[in-house]
Amino acid sequence: MCSLFRRCLLAIVLMLVAGSALGQTQQLRICADPDNLPFSNRRQQGFENRIAELLAQDMHARLTYVWQRMGRGFIREYLGKSQCDLLVGIPATYAQVSATRPYYRSTYVFVSRRNARARPANLNDPELHSMRVGVQVLDDDYAPPAHALARRGMQRNVVGFETTGEAAPSIIRAVVNRRVDTAVVWGPLAGYFAKRYPGMLTLTPVQPEVDPPGLPFTYAIAMGVRKGNTQLRDRLQQFLDRHPKQIHTILHAYGVPQMEDRVTSAGGH
Amino acid sequence: MKSGFDLKSSTILLLSLLASTWGCSGSRSQQSTAQQAAEEKPSAAQAYQGKLEPDDGQWIRPAKDFASTRYSTLDQINSSNVKDLKPAFTFSTGQDRGHEAAPIVVNNTMYIITPWPNELYALDLTKPGAPIKWEYQPKPTPAAKGVACCDLVNRGVVYDNGKIFLNTLDVQTVAVDANTGRELWKVRLGDINKGESMTMAPLVVKGKVLVGNSGGEFGVRGWLTALDENTGKIAWRAYATGPDKDVLIGSRFKPFYAQDRGQDLGVKSWPPDAWQIGGGTVWGWISYDPETNLIFYGTANPGPWNAEERPGDNKWTSGIFARDADTGEAVWFYQWSPHDLFDYDGVNENILLDLPINGQTRKVLVHPDRNGYVYVLDRTNGEVLSASPFAYITTSTGVDLKTGLLQYVSEKKPITGSVVRNICPASPGAKDWTPSAFSPRTGLIYIPHNNLCQDEEDVSANYIAGTPYVGANVRMYPGPGGHGGEFTAWDPIHGKAAWVIKDRFPVWSGALATAGDVVFFGTMDGWFNAVDAHNGQQLWKFKAGSGVIGQPVSYKGPDGKQYVAVLSGVGGWSGAIVAGGLDSRDPTIALGFGNATRELPHYTTKGGMLYVFSLP
Repeated sequence: MCSLFRRCLLAIVLMLVAGSALGQTQQLRICADPDNLPFSNRRQQGFENRIAELLAQDMHARLTYVWQRMGRGFIREYLGKSQCDLLVGIPATYAQVSATRPYYRSTYVFVSRRNARARPANLNDPELHSMRVGVQVLDDDYAPPAHALARRGMQRNVVGFETTGEAAPSIIRAVVNRRVDTAVVWGPLAGYFAKRYPGMLTLTPVQPEVDPPGLPFTYAIAMGVRKGNTQLRDRLQQFLDRHPKQIHTILHAYGVPQMEDRVTSAGGH
Repeated sequence: MKSGFDLKSSTILLLSLLASTWGCSGSRSQQSTAQQAAEEKPSAAQAYQGKLEPDDGQWIRPAKDFASTRYSTLDQINSSNVKDLKPAFTFSTGQDRGHEAAPIVVNNTMYIITPWPNELYALDLTKPGAPIKWEYQPKPTPAAKGVACCDLVNRGVVYDNGKIFLNTLDVQTVAVDANTGRELWKVRLGDINKGESMTMAPLVVKGKVLVGNSGGEFGVRGWLTALDENTGKIAWRAYATGPDKDVLIGSRFKPFYAQDRGQDLGVKSWPPDAWQIGGGTVWGWISYDPETNLIFYGTANPGPWNAEERPGDNKWTSGIFARDADTGEAVWFYQWSPHDLFDYDGVNENILLDLPINGQTRKVLVHPDRNGYVYVLDRTNGEVLSASPFAYITTSTGVDLKTGLLQYVSEKKPITGSVVRNICPASPGAKDWTPSAFSPRTGLIYIPHNNLCQDEEDVSANYIAGTPYVGANVRMYPGPGGHGGEFTAWDPIHGKAAWVIKDRFPVWSGALATAGDVVFFGTMDGWFNAVDAHNGQQLWKFKAGSGVIGQPVSYKGPDGKQYVAVLSGVGGWSGAIVAGGLDSRDPTIALGFGNATRELPHYTTKGGMLYVFSLP
């Protein structure tokens, strides 16, 4: 009965979806970045690719990718103009999409050498004033930790790194090579590239979690669909509710620090 | 900048401006352009006593003369007969980006440059319908499209000594034979891979072609470069940031105010090394004073956009340099917006006049700035004689004439993670690049400008390529009165408006003043307007095929008749509004923003067209 109900529901959902977003072939069109590990790449090696495959299986849908670099304006031009139907990972409070409930929560982390003299965990650590700190460059600005450092008078300490495409590992490599003393990096990126240096690095969640007046370093990540496409969003939610363990396993395999894990170290484990 | 953007020139970006401007302005039926009657106040100004360059009826550079008056002495078209003005000929450019250039007229030939891909057309004015004489295609690399901050615009070419000089979006300056269109030389001056581009119109002074870069967002260091007009060889380059030797600051440098004196301020007013990516590009206008042999030009916003990461005055950005025209040596500098918080830039036009100020005739330059003040400076030494608000301002309370310092309002300072409302002017400024005109007959300056405010609100999660962050959502909207733009006749001596025409949209075209006491300007929704120079009364209007954001000019044709010419073709607007929203390294984004003009279907559509008008 239960399974019959579920099958019927699925059929209804698929009909709805087919009539609206997915077209007659029941394809699932995912917007993804073509060169942005660990999230996704064209060879489908990222954890978002893994999760998308799981989703397509669950929905018995054909998976197609719309490859597009995820810079500014991207949501409006692609998801917004119906060139694709969903994004596998977006901040759960991102206002430009209809989002599922979050399926993981990660944090910016300090990446330090395990044998470093100082391995900061807190932005208020006085040691930071004498350290060179790598930060991510996002578009025409730095990632949020740089703002927090700047506010503490440490503009001079900041070294910016591109963190997409080929350049992505460079911020982690810079810690290993002592080009910087520590780096503040979004968890999934840090965890994935730190695995290349087993035993050499520690990853420590940035404290405080929110820098007043309102600069958070932890973010909950959800799936997102075009605003108003609640049928598809609800269907995605069913998938997420059904497969939390498999999703968790995928994230873990890619070294994504998850807040529930209370991750304090990584790199080769 | 951005971009223009300038995005930019520029650099925050605001998609919602378009939507909110229209949304807030009521129905289309009430609209319109200049037909809203000007506030009827008699002009308080008086006829100009100074001298202007002789006018031979040609129009050889976008600003008309070295003083940048954009004033034509032709008077066949006057306030009585302008109502009979009719199209004489038209010409499609075949391009659909923003057309911001001025047509150039010399030796009975008209030269127009299109936005990307910067095609140059020479039209033969001696033949019926002005057919193409030749065309030149510089073929800039398509990669440049991705780095332009504020749509793929070009603000015009310049003629000198038998040559036409043009800049391409991919940072090349080209000399072309004015008669044949043959390429004489072509030099690459910057690196598009670093986010540099070029959109400004060159100026030729004493055999040197002066050009500057665009792209003052992230990672670009601004410069002005002088090239030998015969060879393209670099004569000198003056950076806007860095050590004195790079900025060409030496023994002749005598800034008027104390805060601009000292060694290597282009390094010391920044966090270490930040000056290397500090912006201060030169994408606006250059004026030249033959008497003092000085050139004057503004520098754009500092980078990165987030001001918290660049404590200090960020010299020499968002200010004005006076330099020796031959050597490039800096003579003085004044900073309109020290430690620019709002992407106000400083690149707007400087009109060189000799005005009676407090009973004395002073050699001045008049500069309507993005920050909302019309500045009158002594152009011999950089002293601020007056700074009068021409728009609604909440970000500052005025300019201290003793110190020259802009008085910021601290509550309007953007802080990451916090909400700031009612920031006026918005980032495109009280006025963007749109050049003003001056009429010696009225003594008034005609200023096309904006009436925009912005909120930085909804501090909410955002992300780029997988990395989340908190971004202020900037929302722009019309300022007091609910209209997005104004065309203001300004009395520079008394520091007040003589009359104001309101328009639904930001007025994004240049202005043209004529001896017939007719002033011309265009609006975003495609009306090209003629108004009375004395009182702003609408005298004539013409609906162009697309929004008018170009620079109108006037010339005497081979038949002895006076003509008025302008390019229509909307687009730069959307680029400018969204300036900072563009990732200068991502070629796909510019396309996305170019498409923003699709949101204008009820008002205008894209497409470049030259219109030339005359009396029957």
